[in-house]
Amino acid sequence: MRRLTWFNATSLTLGFAFLYLPMIILIVYSFNESKLVTVWAGFSTKWYGTLLSNQSFLDAAWVTLKVALASSTVATILGTMAALVLVRAGRFYGRTLFSGMIYAPLVMPEVITGLSLLLLFIGIGLDRGIFTIILAHTTFSMCFVSVVVSSRLVTFDRSLEEAALDLGCSHFDAFRLVTLPIIAPAVISGWLLAFTLSLDDLVIASFTAGPSATTLPIKIWSSIRLGVSPEINALSTIMIGIVAVGVITASLITKRASLRQQADERAAVHA
Amino acid sequence: MRRFALIALPYAWLLALFLVPFLIVLKISLSDIALAIPPYTPTLDLSEGWQGIKAFFSALDFENFRFLTTDDLYWKSYISSLQIALVATVITLFVGYPIAYGMANAPDHWRPTLMMLVILPFWTSFLIRVYSWMGILSTEGYLNQLLLGLGLISTPLTILNTPTAVYIGIVYTYLPFMILPIYSALERMDGSLLEAAEDLGCSRVKAFWLITVPLSKTGIIAGCFLVFIPVIGEFVIPSLLGGSQTLMIGKVLWEEFFNNRDWPVASAVAVVLLLILIVPIVLFQMNEQKSREADQ
Repeated sequence: MRRLTWFNATSLTLGFAFLYLPMIILIVYSFNESKLVTVWAGFSTKWYGTLLSNQSFLDAAWVTLKVALASSTVATILGTMAALVLVRAGRFYGRTLFSGMIYAPLVMPEVITGLSLLLLFIGIGLDRGIFTIILAHTTFSMCFVSVVVSSRLVTFDRSLEEAALDLGCSHFDAFRLVTLPIIAPAVISGWLLAFTLSLDDLVIASFTAGPSATTLPIKIWSSIRLGVSPEINALSTIMIGIVAVGVITASLITKRASLRQQADERAAVHA
Repeated sequence: MRRFALIALPYAWLLALFLVPFLIVLKISLSDIALAIPPYTPTLDLSEGWQGIKAFFSALDFENFRFLTTDDLYWKSYISSLQIALVATVITLFVGYPIAYGMANAPDHWRPTLMMLVILPFWTSFLIRVYSWMGILSTEGYLNQLLLGLGLISTPLTILNTPTAVYIGIVYTYLPFMILPIYSALERMDGSLLEAAEDLGCSRVKAFWLITVPLSKTGIIAGCFLVFIPVIGEFVIPSLLGGSQTLMIGKVLWEEFFNNRDWPVASAVAVVLLLILIVPIVLFQMNEQKSREADQ
């Protein structure tokens, strides 16, 4: 039944053209000589030069990277713990509230999350800056991590862990040596998701960042509100390039791994 | 003891940084503004004991919520957010379904690549994806240049800063959320059902309506909610593409907070928005539950 009919070919072509043309146009025009972004005036890389010599963009990029690294790492630890609780802790007092608090931030509008965290930080007198953005990002991304990790934990065969315990492993060692390596792909994709969510976030960061900390999305936001700018086109191209390289590498690695696994299985069958 | 620590740490974190902040929003939405800066009246004075708690609760009122009903702006924004979200969801479904269908019917060795192509935009900055349409849709933008160049129009179209631009932006950015659940439902479908239908004399189109669509129903419903729910509170798209004509509640909340600095009213707007969202969220959870049960 898998045949490429005219209808399917057309819808795929149109669909992917729609998804990719805007980004391709953005990339092409980032090499435009003219300050007028909609008029092509010849090839030039000068906007990359202006961008990279603009200290405020570099500072914002550095802040964003620090926030993303810190928040995604803490979120991965907390989110994995939360996933273990959701899948394995069984019944305990307040379980419904706990799972509610894990799922609610996934659908909560960002403006509400941002507003509520800001009111908390002001209420307890915490100065807003990098630290408060990290707290905010950790909170919503740990929920995404726990969803990703718990979907892997559900299919996990617990007898492996029991075998390790029977053979004299401590609980912690059993987790470290048996469970963690098996759920590692989910933990890593959870970390990547948390990292990307943090890099990407404008709304929550705008609420929780004080005047002392500007992240890249906040910086981009303040320059594009006035219209299209060639420097932002250059910045977008760099960001799209990094993501594309990352995603393509990741998918090649998974493809290789699954091919190797298939080969192993075939070898095992023939042996 | 170990189990306690495992539960307690994430639990305490979520209580402190999710539930408590939300209770603060609720409290401020019921408070009166005092000199436009915190603290808002009333303040809870625990040293007064029971009397203090009683005084605190009796001083809370629904003044801010009443204010939301007096000004047209608020209820119009709620209605228009719901309307935009609904229309955009339907358009996204009609754009996304054929793509998901094409993916599910593509040759096997293409599918990982197609899948990656759908996911790639999802990892790219949301802000940049919305921004990319500003250059396309503006009066002297690429779309108008193209249409003028082809002689299809004689005066440039105004698209940027209209609701049309908002719809385009929503469909564009939320399309992967629609494609993925529909694709995963279609991919699991047993192709021999269609062959059987055709053998029994069913036309292709009829077989599509009688077999493919019902079997992808859970995917369609999941995709629609995944678009509808977040779009209601959307802020970036209406702000960048919608101009002043487009009313959406996420934008109103933002402006109430940052421009008017009226925190109690912003909090009341947030509380009402959440109440509105509860219905679709519960329906979505029920659909997920149902599809999980169907899997087992």
